[in-house]
Amino acid sequence: MSEPDFDVAVVGAGPAGCVTAYLLAQQGHSVVLVERGEAPGAKNLSGGVLYGRVLEQVFPDFAAAAPVERRVVRNAVTFLTSTGAVGVDLTSDRLDGNAYTVLRARFDAWLAERCEEAGVFLMPGVRVDRLLTSPSGAVTGLVAGDDELSARVVVAADGVNSFLARGLGLRPKPAQNQLAVGVKAVVSLPRETIDDRFGLVGDEGAALAMVGEATGGIGGGGFLYTNATSLSVGVVLRLDDLAASGASASDVFDRYCEHPAVQRYLRGGEVLEYGSHLVAEGGLGMLGTVATDGLVVVGDAAGLTINSGLTVRGMDLAIGSAIAAAGGIGDALDAGDTSAAGLAGYRERLMAGFVGKDLTTYAKAPAFLERPRMYRDYGPVLEDVMVRAFDLDTTPRKHLASVAWDALRTSPVGMLDLASDLWAGVRAL
Amino acid sequence: MSGALQVGSVPERLAHNRYALDEDESHIVVDQDVVRSTGCAGVIARCCPAHVYTELPDGGLGVEYAACLECGTCLAVAPEGALSWHYPRGGFGVSFREG
Ligand SMILES: Cc1cc2nc3c(=O)[nH]c(=O)nc-3n(C[C@H](O)[C@H](O)[C@H](O)COP(=O)(O)OP(=O)(O)OC[C@H]3O[C@@H](n4cnc5c(N)ncnc54)[C@H](O)[C@@H]3O)c2cc1C
Ligand code: SF4
Repeated sequence: MSEPDFDVAVVGAGPAGCVTAYLLAQQGHSVVLVERGEAPGAKNLSGGVLYGRVLEQVFPDFAAAAPVERRVVRNAVTFLTSTGAVGVDLTSDRLDGNAYTVLRARFDAWLAERCEEAGVFLMPGVRVDRLLTSPSGAVTGLVAGDDELSARVVVAADGVNSFLARGLGLRPKPAQNQLAVGVKAVVSLPRETIDDRFGLVGDEGAALAMVGEATGGIGGGGFLYTNATSLSVGVVLRLDDLAASGASASDVFDRYCEHPAVQRYLRGGEVLEYGSHLVAEGGLGMLGTVATDGLVVVGDAAGLTINSGLTVRGMDLAIGSAIAAAGGIGDALDAGDTSAAGLAGYRERLMAGFVGKDLTTYAKAPAFLERPRMYRDYGPVLEDVMVRAFDLDTTPRKHLASVAWDALRTSPVGMLDLASDLWAGVRAL
Repeated sequence: MSGALQVGSVPERLAHNRYALDEDESHIVVDQDVVRSTGCAGVIARCCPAHVYTELPDGGLGVEYAACLECGTCLAVAPEGALSWHYPRGGFGVSFREG
């Protein structure tokens, strides 16, 4: 057999593909990185909070060198109701360096530049149509238009739709409750206006998560994140619930932006861009085969996302899986065995690291978050408790416990529901 | 600087995006028979954040593929066989400048 064109062909220049390609090039392997967007990042969209500790393992100075927007020092979770908003708002020095907001068109482009510096051959504007396989079914390369390219190992880093792995029959079409659609706008505002409205100084940033009325009761939530001179605002809607609700995705997004608790931040801004992207929500239950003969699957393509209700995490898991994959592929190439058995080190590394551990920890979160009370009923109950506590209308005061009891009694949430949700919640999250 | 944020209509919002339209090839093909027999036009039209689809009076599905944001939602909610949807050819379609 003739020599393959490259040791490794990586499809997709998102965080998963870029970090895999970078680390393998650093190990001295020949690597090609194929991206369908006219430039890396051009097709990519996220809420934008990067939990950056894992990226520090690859680029220790990324926070200073990469185009990050703001350093997140404030995290809030708010239940929106039809009449107000109630939530928990954390500002802490202890969050420092934990997370940064990013805009993917710039951030992914930076990652891809690091790849080129390390010797990766970048091919932007090229869509991979399918994988090449040997008669025995081993992946031997890829096909893009009229061109074929061979490699010892192909890395499917092609994102949540995962067409390459699906085309091989490696992954089924995901169920609708395992996917959510994110609908997002980037809204420009002057830096000082953002600082004032969110109570921020310098490069400080805020990440606000909103549930309940935020999505009109549809499973999912809203987000509002600060960039340097813009806001990322959007909703994430679970597809089974969206389809059943009869609502239109764009209407839910519009109503979220118009809610007074969101509008107060957006006032006077201008829409710079409107986009949408799927989120994998299945957690551990969605992780399928991650390595087969000549192929590994990383990042969103492997279903590696965790939605804990408070945070959507995917970029950090994509990077974590890339580190595990680069290790496993490196071992396989060194040993001259790129069969499924030779590549098995990837899955071992993945499950032994934080990605596998967190997936296991949050394994019950998807089912928990499908409980509809999360989105419909608890916001109004909490609002009711707080209003009863603060609304000093000269009627005799009651202890907080009986205020809470009254609020619950008059809500559609039964005590058994509450007990069941609490118990499931502490175990799932 | 004062006043509400005007998120505008979906077409107004999309007008801020950059697209390189593939004039020769639509990346979305509808099987109208499957769409009509399964009655899925409404749900596909509602779930698409870019209003690419319209439900036609006869139960079929109209498509304006130029507006597509390439999320894949339509494919995920469509019954088997109703849509053939793939990414546009390399370099074509939406190009996010923010993301
Ligand atoms: C609305 C929303 C909010 C989110 N918020 C957060 C958040 O706050 N924090 C967080 O950590 N994560 C968040 N995520 C998840 C995060 O965006 C993803 O988990 C992450 O982007 C996965 O990285 P990836 O490299 O695996 O895939 P992607 O970033 O999707 O990259 C895949 C790449 O492959 C390319 N590609 C696909 N098919 C082909 C092909 N056939 N040929 C060539 N190239 C191809 C694509 O163009 C793309 O560049 C959010 C997601 C959404 C949608
Ligand atoms: S991929 Fe997304 S934006 Fe494009 S048509 Fe389908 S649902 Fe609409």
